[in-house]
Amino acid sequence: MEQAYWRIGHPTSAITFRLPKKTVLISAVLFAITLTLAVFGLTKGMLPLTLQQVLQALQGDGSLTLQTVVTQWRLPRAVMAMMTGAALGISGAIFQSLLRNPLGSPDVIGFNTGAYTGALVTVILLKGSYLQMAMGSLLGGCLTAVLIYLLAWQNGVARFRLIIVGIAVSAILNALNIWLMMSATQESAMSAALWSVGSLNGITWEKSLPTGIICCVFMLVCLALARPMQILEMGDDLAQAMGVNPDRTRAVLMLAATALTAAATAITGPISFIALAAPQIAQRLTQGASLSLICSAAMGSLLLLTADFVAQHLFMPTQLPVGIITISIGGIYLIALLLREARKQHL
Amino acid sequence: MDVSSFPLNSNVAALQKQQMHKRWRWFFFSMVGLVMCVFFSMMLGAKSIHPHIIWQSLTGQITSEDSVIILDGRLPRTLLGLMTGAALGLSGAIIQAITRNPLADPGILGINAGASFAVVIAVALLNISNPEHYLWFALLGSLCAASLVYLLGSLGNPHRNPVRFVLAGVALSAVLIGISSGVTLLNPTAFEKLRFWSAGSLDIRRLDMVLMIAPALLIGMVVALLLASPLNALSLGDSMATALGINGPKIMLLALLAVTLLCGASTAITGPIGFIGLMIPHVARWIAGQDQRWIMAFTLVLSPTLLLLADIAGRFLLTNELRVSIVTALIGAPVMIWLVRQQRRF
Repeated sequence: MEQAYWRIGHPTSAITFRLPKKTVLISAVLFAITLTLAVFGLTKGMLPLTLQQVLQALQGDGSLTLQTVVTQWRLPRAVMAMMTGAALGISGAIFQSLLRNPLGSPDVIGFNTGAYTGALVTVILLKGSYLQMAMGSLLGGCLTAVLIYLLAWQNGVARFRLIIVGIAVSAILNALNIWLMMSATQESAMSAALWSVGSLNGITWEKSLPTGIICCVFMLVCLALARPMQILEMGDDLAQAMGVNPDRTRAVLMLAATALTAAATAITGPISFIALAAPQIAQRLTQGASLSLICSAAMGSLLLLTADFVAQHLFMPTQLPVGIITISIGGIYLIALLLREARKQHL
Repeated sequence: MDVSSFPLNSNVAALQKQQMHKRWRWFFFSMVGLVMCVFFSMMLGAKSIHPHIIWQSLTGQITSEDSVIILDGRLPRTLLGLMTGAALGLSGAIIQAITRNPLADPGILGINAGASFAVVIAVALLNISNPEHYLWFALLGSLCAASLVYLLGSLGNPHRNPVRFVLAGVALSAVLIGISSGVTLLNPTAFEKLRFWSAGSLDIRRLDMVLMIAPALLIGMVVALLLASPLNALSLGDSMATALGINGPKIMLLALLAVTLLCGASTAITGPIGFIGLMIPHVARWIAGQDQRWIMAFTLVLSPTLLLLADIAGRFLLTNELRVSIVTALIGAPVMIWLVRQQRRF
């Protein structure tokens, strides 16, 4: 079936884009829903506000208390939820495209495991603070990625070898994590476990802004690489014929996606499942042949924001870590999608 | 005319013969390795015991301190290692064959998550503290999880799309893990119990518990081995398999049943032991080629070897005994990386 496209730029000019209409529309709708939910989320909390008050505070009007509550307490959380969600969605889509495997999200391949190891080492062995833990996890994640890539390198990185080496390395790290958890005191084991499920509780602009900016930059890099990625999906030979260097593109894509995951992890802790589920759900919504980065980003944003909203308000006043909700909601939604598909096949 | 007189055909025949030789040679070495591991597993430990005394203890000729160690400590441990190793390996081989996904391990059917979930519920909500009862909860949990995954995956048209099973398993596992970690983070007692249960151990010191799960494991193994040929046919594609008289959905159901029995029963008794079910089938495939019968034969021998080896090494690595699941990964993963780098075809 012919897909409808929007063309941007004159056909003869150097820069033209072809955007599939359906993908763009769905992404726009998803983003709109996300924004609405974000604003709605800003009104809820211990101090219920009206929509008008929130909008006022966002424009810089209103009392000082109102502004502090909205722009300093609730806004950073909502913004970071949307941003890390988008980051995880994009990196998940890139990994799944590169590895051509729906299970190939960074949390399955083991980058998250490495980040967790980094965090555990800083907390349990070095008795580090919260910020040091974030840095430890960033370092752990990146080192793991480099290690996996080097071990899989043999005149280029073959997909299958990368997956196997990733599994093996993450198995070692996982063993290390279990051992660290068992040798720790209950208190530090618990605080590490709390971090390890991923949480947005107590996030502020000061804590999140530096990594947030890094995160944004990598997101733009990844979006710019969307076209080479789609060409790469057609196979190495075809990609080469179209002027895309497969090995180099793969390396750059992987690096960017890993850095993106690591930056998101440093902000919130390893939030699982968004990277795995968002691209799959996005693809089922757009019914496109290839994974769309923008749509995955929008879906990731929406998923994480929804999850965080539930995490905050489900057991008021106890705030659950958002990671617990993401994997539950993501799982339930994936199950629902499977059920819907099954019904369609019956008809 | 004799077909084999063509030079090309005789070449193929020679190659096949060579491969058969290679398979039998490796199989022999693997068997020797397994027997040695069993032997050392009985002999070595905090106190090493002479083979003669082991024999006498096993046949009931003497009753001494040593024979207590043998009968209550090392015999259950070795038997458990043999059986659960083989079970985890075989279930991995089957799951990789039916999902056609190298990333699939037995945990993908939600079995580990289901077992952990049930143990968490038992500890946190029902206040059960007797480890013997965990076994039943874990078994129940893994059975329920696997059945749910099967139902989810087989709605619609099951045998056409194994990806649906994988996704259903991932989705259900995610939900169960989410709820379990939510409960454990709010309940320190459960957190503490699960922290140690989820590390997995072969050291249970109860022969009766081992014998209790043995029938389930044996039935699972027989079913798994009977499935080798049909799975070979299925790997040729669904239409080819149908032409060969293979009922795809039925094979799928039997395969999932076997995986549930094997992996569920072993997880229930030892706790989740990962990686073996994922790694050994790959190694077996690299040695034996694509024939499921050979893959299963090698898996059957190599998995317990690795598990017992890890268990023995764990007795000596640190002063306190290191859990078997940890050592398995520490020994197995470097071997796997080395092996995959030897493979020229990727």
